[in-house]
Amino acid sequence: MESFLGRYRNLIILVGVLFLQVLGLAVQVKTGANEEKDTRLIRVWALGAITPFERALVWVQNSTGNVWHNYFYLRGVRAENRQLKEQIEQMRLQQVRLSEDAAQARRLQTLLSFKEQFISKTVAAQVIGTSGSDLSRIVTIDKGENAGIRRDMAVITADGIVGKVLFVSPNLAQVLLISDQSSGVGAILDKSRLQGVLRGTANGEVVLERVMSDEQVQPGDIVLTSGGDQIFPKGLPVGTVTKVGSGKDLFLSIRIKPAANLSRLEEVLVLTEKQERESVADDHVRIRAADILAQRLPSVPDKPATAVTPPAVAEGASPGPVGGNTAAKPASTAAGNAAAVKSASGNTPAKSATVQVQPGKTVQSGKTAVQPSTQNSAQTSTAQKPKPLSKSSTEAKPEGAQSQPPAQPSIVEQKPAPVAAQPDTPPPSQDNSPQ
Amino acid sequence: MPITYTSGEQVEVYRFSLPVTIGVPLVALIVQAYVPKYFPSFAVYVDLPLLVTIFFAMARRNPVAGLFTGAIIGLVQDMIGSREIGIYGIAKTVVGYGASSLGVKLDVENAGARLLVTLGFYLVHSAVYFAVARGLVNSTLHWNWGPGMLAGLVNSFLGVILYFILDRFKQRT
Repeated sequence: MESFLGRYRNLIILVGVLFLQVLGLAVQVKTGANEEKDTRLIRVWALGAITPFERALVWVQNSTGNVWHNYFYLRGVRAENRQLKEQIEQMRLQQVRLSEDAAQARRLQTLLSFKEQFISKTVAAQVIGTSGSDLSRIVTIDKGENAGIRRDMAVITADGIVGKVLFVSPNLAQVLLISDQSSGVGAILDKSRLQGVLRGTANGEVVLERVMSDEQVQPGDIVLTSGGDQIFPKGLPVGTVTKVGSGKDLFLSIRIKPAANLSRLEEVLVLTEKQERESVADDHVRIRAADILAQRLPSVPDKPATAVTPPAVAEGASPGPVGGNTAAKPASTAAGNAAAVKSASGNTPAKSATVQVQPGKTVQSGKTAVQPSTQNSAQTSTAQKPKPLSKSSTEAKPEGAQSQPPAQPSIVEQKPAPVAAQPDTPPPSQDNSPQ
Repeated sequence: MPITYTSGEQVEVYRFSLPVTIGVPLVALIVQAYVPKYFPSFAVYVDLPLLVTIFFAMARRNPVAGLFTGAIIGLVQDMIGSREIGIYGIAKTVVGYGASSLGVKLDVENAGARLLVTLGFYLVHSAVYFAVARGLVNSTLHWNWGPGMLAGLVNSFLGVILYFILDRFKQRT
């Protein structure tokens, strides 16, 4: 017996070690692959041993990168800055247009008493590592329970969804990416409103399952979260359809390109709080794209002190730049000015001041007379509509306006002088033309 | 530690200092977890913990030491992943045992032998992982020869370079 044990000692130890590991695996499989509690402590230890080094590496890399990019490599920064500013202007206009659509959607949802999920709180975290295996697509982030992160919270970037929190320790968390084969996300095709389940594959691709093969799905279709998984709020971008083919069991095989770049994650947002409430129509002051545009147009120089503008009128309205080349004639009384300010606030009474203007034609509406410019009809008609002012302007009461200094520059309709009287008014630049 | 012989040629048995024994596998695990953050293909084609397992197992030429080295490295690799703990553990235990057993019988000090041995053990590792993941954990993996062989070759060439670097830490018994 002893000789047998001695002779096969190595093999017996090998079998014993393998048996123990198989036993451990069997226990994990039986209790469920996602049961964190059985392996939590071991994973905490392992992560605790590995991640300090990863944090240090990330810190060194960030510091070096910051020094290089902030102090040395500044080539093309001016041009980039200019481009970004232009991009911001474009996006502001787009945002205002979209906010109008969103407001309309909210009003409709209010009518139907829909419930919406709102993202009320997020925690920003930095990705510090991965699993190191292509068969386990997870990333490690540098925030954990202490930052309010819990298991099954959604993780997103500005581009789209990333995954969900799988494991949390006090200062770390592991995020299961949507490309992992064990993940599943409720998704909906934006155009056709077809619902499906988003899954990862063994080779790291993302596919949309459970869409019937008789449905029409085209490459390029946008995929959003459906909210059905109770993890991701509805409407977050998921990705774009890249390939559609026939799958198994009468379902389509739809391959998705994730909106977020899952292979180059740097910072992510963890949705730590969601609110579910009935949407409420927003009746607050909204700025329209045309108003943003008007703000950027060249202003008409202020009239000299001898201008015909009565002080009460001039102080009631903000003496800022004129929206477009159109200037309204002064209101003759303080009451008229009050009406003008009210209409400028964008609230309900504003409609009384809204006028339809033909280019080159002087139109009077109520107490506000408007003389439009003939240069740009779009800008002209824009300027005729009630202008939402900045908050300070909107809240200014005509009665008290006399004792207050002029509010910050904003869109003003009551500019006393028409454009025709200002020969040196610069024409609108090319950049300011409406898109 | 006994000195074994192969074809009349003496085969040396090596040992390593404690910092190297702990530090090298730790660095391999950290690099394996960190680099894919910037180069995702690294996780697909490179398995540094496996290379370290093979190196230590072959240098020590002790099957028991080799299998425990593989088991520990594999289990830690499992712990920092999301899958069940033990899949990499079993695969690397087998590789550690095999590499050290082979090291007892063969001289694997030259580059060509190391290349072939690493390629072979990479395939063994993949096969065991695949079998365990599909058979025990019921995972939906698909074997793909093309990427598998490519990854094997990448690991083999990388392994040859890595082994020459790690040879500096060897201490003769």
